[in-house]
Amino acid sequence: MRQVALTVNGMRHELELEPRELLVYVLRDRLKLTGTNVGCDTSSCGACTVLVDGESVKSCTVLGVQADGAEITTIEGLAANGSLHPVQQAFHDHHALQCGYCTPGMVMAAVSLIEHGEATSEAAIREGLEGNLCRCTGYHNIVAAVQDAAGAMGRAR
Amino acid sequence: MIPARFDYDVAESAAHAIELLGAGGGDTKLLAGGHSLIPALKLRIARPAKLVDIGRLSDLAYVRDGGTHVAIGALSRHAAVASNPLLAEHCPIVSYTAGQIGDPQVRHRGTLGGTLSHGDPASDLPAVMLALGAELVVQGKGGERVIPATELFTGVFETALAPDEMLVEARVPKLAASTGWAYVKANRRAQDWATVGVAALVHRDDGAVAGASIGLVNMGGTPLRARATEDALAGGSSAAEAAALVTDGTQPPSDQAGSSEYRAHLAQVITRRALEQALGN
Repeated sequence: MRQVALTVNGMRHELELEPRELLVYVLRDRLKLTGTNVGCDTSSCGACTVLVDGESVKSCTVLGVQADGAEITTIEGLAANGSLHPVQQAFHDHHALQCGYCTPGMVMAAVSLIEHGEATSEAAIREGLEGNLCRCTGYHNIVAAVQDAAGAMGRAR
Repeated sequence: MIPARFDYDVAESAAHAIELLGAGGGDTKLLAGGHSLIPALKLRIARPAKLVDIGRLSDLAYVRDGGTHVAIGALSRHAAVASNPLLAEHCPIVSYTAGQIGDPQVRHRGTLGGTLSHGDPASDLPAVMLALGAELVVQGKGGERVIPATELFTGVFETALAPDEMLVEARVPKLAASTGWAYVKANRRAQDWATVGVAALVHRDDGAVAGASIGLVNMGGTPLRARATEDALAGGSSAAEAAALVTDGTQPPSDQAGSSEYRAHLAQVITRRALEQALGN
């Protein structure tokens, strides 16, 4: 067992982890943050995407112990003061989901893409979301939502 | 999927990592980004007794001007390599190819040293290193040694690294402005491993083709040089004529992404495309 400190959505947690525990299960099972989904479990689908120190990662392919000391943001950490994050709001406005299973990962990947200044065009957004699969094939509205959110976040700055 | 149990230690320096590797007696593996190793642990293809985490060695995450070459620290993440201005200026095939690995999430974690040490013949950057004639700096308990890329890859998931050695730096040559380059891969989904990939460098002298070096991805147990194609180009053959020879000396695997025959055909098609692209830029 190993002593690990994680800051998740601004809250510090001290945990004793087995080295083999994957970050996604630390978030879901230990911290009860079940908004992050496990999809393929093989780092293909992106459903488990969270931000580690501001960068999108697939939490099914990161050990909890590797994240020791890191700042982690999950889907639960996006809304502030009762208002949806601009990416969440845009997904709502554009109906950018059908079943919703890929949505938390899609939103987190989009937040990383926009904050890195890489959501500059429809083509760049499609390329930037290549690590996230939507099996309802709802990409059209997802891309429109991310484009809208990128604009909103640009104006907000 | 949960990996089997293993012990875990965090390395405080490259020397510390090497000491821990040596103490493990061959059953210890280095963990950098983990994007090849963790899936293998989950599938239990790999079952090391211990992992030494080198992911925090930020002093090995650098890109530096080395005079005639650019030096890239082994802990450089693919995303950092892809966006590096020094590489974009002097060896753009490396930064371009790093941006073609996996997807953004994978590139945020995966490292140059990890992909080269893993020895996967389907990885993108090993074939680029081979085409470039890159040099890999390896550290062991006795100090450093340099392995040419042509000698690094010895088999499927096997390299010339000793069990207690660690790859610390890749040195890629600065390309002349007259050198054309291309990296072309074919895969079924954007994020998949290359079914086949081709890294092409075409050297020109006074505008005429003076030589070429070509690295192939997933056309055998290791990344391979396409020597027959290189010789044909140097001898004045067209891109199409030279590309037709690309399967010479290869042993393309058969798997769910394609049969051996399909890969052989695909290699000729994308080699021609890569050469035309390299000749055009």
